[in-house]
Amino acid sequence: MNRIRHWPMIRILTLLAMLLPALVACSKSETVNIYSARQESLIKPLLDRFTSETGIEVNLVTGAGDALLARLSSEGRNSPADLLLTSDAGNLYRAQEAGVLQPAISAELEAAVPEHLRSPEGYWYGLSLRARVIVYARDRVNPDQLSSYQALAEPQWEGRICVRSSANIYNQSLVAGMLASEGVEATDQWLQGFVGNFARPPQGGDRDQIKAVAAGQCDVALVNSYYLGAMLQSPEPEERAAATRVELFWPNQEGRGTHVNISGAGVTQAAKHPEQARRLIEFLLREESQRWYAESNNEYPVRPGVAPSELLLSWGSFKADMINVSELGRLNAAAVMAMDRANWK
Amino acid sequence: MEVGTPAFTYPEPSPWPARLWRTGILLGTLLIAIPVLVVVASLLAGYSPAWQHLLSTVISDYVFNSIVLMLGVGLGTFSLGVSAAWLTAMCEFPGRRFFSWALLLPMAMPAYIMAYTYTGMLDYAGPVQTLLRDTFGWGFGDYWFPEIRSLGGAICMLSLVLYPYVYLLVRVAFLEQSTAVLEASRNLGKTPWQTLFLVGLPLARPAIAAGVSLALMETLADYGTVAYFGVSTFTTGIFRTWYGLGELQTAAQLAAFLLLFVFTLLILERRSRQRLRFHKTAVRDFPTRISLRGWRAALGFSVALMILLAGFLFPAAQLAVWGAANYLQIFDVRFLQLVSNSFMLAALASFCCLLLALLFGYGKRLYPGPAETAAVRVAGMGYAVPGTVIAVGVLIPFAWFDNTVDSLLRETLGISSGLLLSGTLIALVFAYVVRFLAVSLQTVESGLARIRPGIDESARSLGHSPLSILRRIHLPMLRGSVLTALLLVFVDVLKELPTTLILRPFNFNTLAVRAHELASDERLADAALPALAIVLIGLLPVILMSRSMPGPQESA
Repeated sequence: MNRIRHWPMIRILTLLAMLLPALVACSKSETVNIYSARQESLIKPLLDRFTSETGIEVNLVTGAGDALLARLSSEGRNSPADLLLTSDAGNLYRAQEAGVLQPAISAELEAAVPEHLRSPEGYWYGLSLRARVIVYARDRVNPDQLSSYQALAEPQWEGRICVRSSANIYNQSLVAGMLASEGVEATDQWLQGFVGNFARPPQGGDRDQIKAVAAGQCDVALVNSYYLGAMLQSPEPEERAAATRVELFWPNQEGRGTHVNISGAGVTQAAKHPEQARRLIEFLLREESQRWYAESNNEYPVRPGVAPSELLLSWGSFKADMINVSELGRLNAAAVMAMDRANWK
Repeated sequence: MEVGTPAFTYPEPSPWPARLWRTGILLGTLLIAIPVLVVVASLLAGYSPAWQHLLSTVISDYVFNSIVLMLGVGLGTFSLGVSAAWLTAMCEFPGRRFFSWALLLPMAMPAYIMAYTYTGMLDYAGPVQTLLRDTFGWGFGDYWFPEIRSLGGAICMLSLVLYPYVYLLVRVAFLEQSTAVLEASRNLGKTPWQTLFLVGLPLARPAIAAGVSLALMETLADYGTVAYFGVSTFTTGIFRTWYGLGELQTAAQLAAFLLLFVFTLLILERRSRQRLRFHKTAVRDFPTRISLRGWRAALGFSVALMILLAGFLFPAAQLAVWGAANYLQIFDVRFLQLVSNSFMLAALASFCCLLLALLFGYGKRLYPGPAETAAVRVAGMGYAVPGTVIAVGVLIPFAWFDNTVDSLLRETLGISSGLLLSGTLIALVFAYVVRFLAVSLQTVESGLARIRPGIDESARSLGHSPLSILRRIHLPMLRGSVLTALLLVFVDVLKELPTTLILRPFNFNTLAVRAHELASDERLADAALPALAIVLIGLLPVILMSRSMPGPQESA
């Protein structure tokens, strides 16, 4: 009877499983508990720095933004989370709508984050900027032909555009931004032309679009700028080679500016440590933290006056769309529906 | 239950253990079924205007692609799994012993990781096509090459990862099949091929059905692969509705329809073989393998090798190449922590699943009433639901329980208990059980189905209690199935991602979480090592099991 021998092991393992949450519960009072849609490696170094500086422990759970929001909502007033970190404005907007955030207001926060990159009532604040840009093949595209997102719907781009699926939040925000500034009709019309110009069915991630442009499968692609940065600094020679075959173009510089989204944070309604949570947001907005975002992940700082990294400087400065990013959250569903109508897979 | 043969009834057992078994099963299944019921209950809630939009635009796409995907993966896992099982169980050829366990390896590969590796190799910008272009001077559009990121590509990926379910279950069934029947077929002048199709396959039908339905349930729940390939299926639709439209309710309703669909399929499949019985003979006889010689041996060897190459060696090699560059910086204490977390969770969950599967499966055999049967069926439905959705189904009742207890205590005693279960490993392991019970249940049940009730009858008439029969007779006879059940759930939990992500406690990571975070940031080179580690840890039980796999020649 082999099986019987396993019994003690099961008991020990079960006991261990029961102990773990107790350990977390017993931890010190000077803590901040974070639900983060931003993945660990893109935030942990900063959190560690915060802990060593302030002595405040930081506990972290990462996951998909909407799933964390569902967890936060269902846990209600007993939720252990003090801070919700997301990688897009839409989820912060949804969290605010769902009533799981509380305002955190300080002069420092207001000074650090431009008005259009935070919730008007102080429920959440942008921490870093992510721009959606056009990349094009150096050898096949004359940048004079490029101007705006809208122009990509013109017939000259037929069969030349690569972009990932419309299930991706960055594409949804882009279309939401267009809805906000151009309205439904113009956006529908643009989508018709734009989707008709795709070189292949949408697939893969942003890096895959850059590789496809480099390999000649298409001539232009829409990607977040930091992916191009990551490829230029990649340990893999092929990725670096592909990235050098394309060039970055800032769209809509004549008009409303390039579409940007934020990663951001808000203090939860149930927070047991709202003070510490606010201090963490303030820490993440300090100049050196802001520079870290640029240097480690090629994102743009939200704080005005912080010099971005060398690589970002080499791409030149750009004019960003100034609509309040909460509009992107408000119009996200409408954007998805518009993309469905246009058959953007 | 069975028509055509007089149904066997046990000598009236003393009412007490019978009642205990029945209530135990009903309560246990009910508990496990709660998350599934939470999802299904969404059907009773209101239908939002988003439905109008879904119906008029994308739903037909979702349904069509999901059905094609199911048919494709069904066919793929069936042919790969059955041929692998037949070769290693019934034939003798060079390398058979090696292949009999090596062919399980693809199981340890998370499907989306496999998708990344194949894309890396076969994409337009990848090395294979680049080499072709450089060699022949072709440009874009000059030549045809299968598009890996497509519906067909997704079918291939999922078939390669999921065929081991069919392989494992069917192999055990072949090995346990009565050789007398097979030999009779051979003696009556049937060729080995005819024997396979006329006798072997029909006899292995419960195992094939169990394996293929597991593969299909997992296919319908898969998100990573289809999302990366840009194939819109029902699952991507569920997430698009939830994340994109912000409609969790509508997403749950979509998931509920998916569940009902799978449930109907399973019922139909069971109905269609209800009249048949598949018990093996009481005497354990030793099958003689068909010795393959000459080109036949070479063919058998190459078929097995090709499956192994495509399902494991190629993708693992790609991972190794990616991971080779930075293996030093990743092997630190934190990495060991990931390994031990993953291992502990997988071990814990697989034991829990096995225990419940034995309890439910055996209880259903003892008292096959309609209520018990239905309850056990529903408890096994979690496997067809995308992990994140089932996780929400776990979150809601757990948080409700915690908050209710907390409110009660606040009102009566003035103290707050906070969250007792939410955000603990208990909730997480419970979710694993909900999600993977089907795997161990199918395995144990298909094993039990092959044990003749006559054995139970004899034991009962000799005065043994049901528990003692389970322990002394069934468990030893079920050894293969029990190990299979443990292994399958272990590996499944090891690579499980969405449920772990949303339900885990603070600061608790697993290998799958790490691999996913890096891969979702499109850092494949960095994701390669945690992915390889999942595969390596998955190897341990595979090897352990191969040593104790049923089969006379192996144990000898």
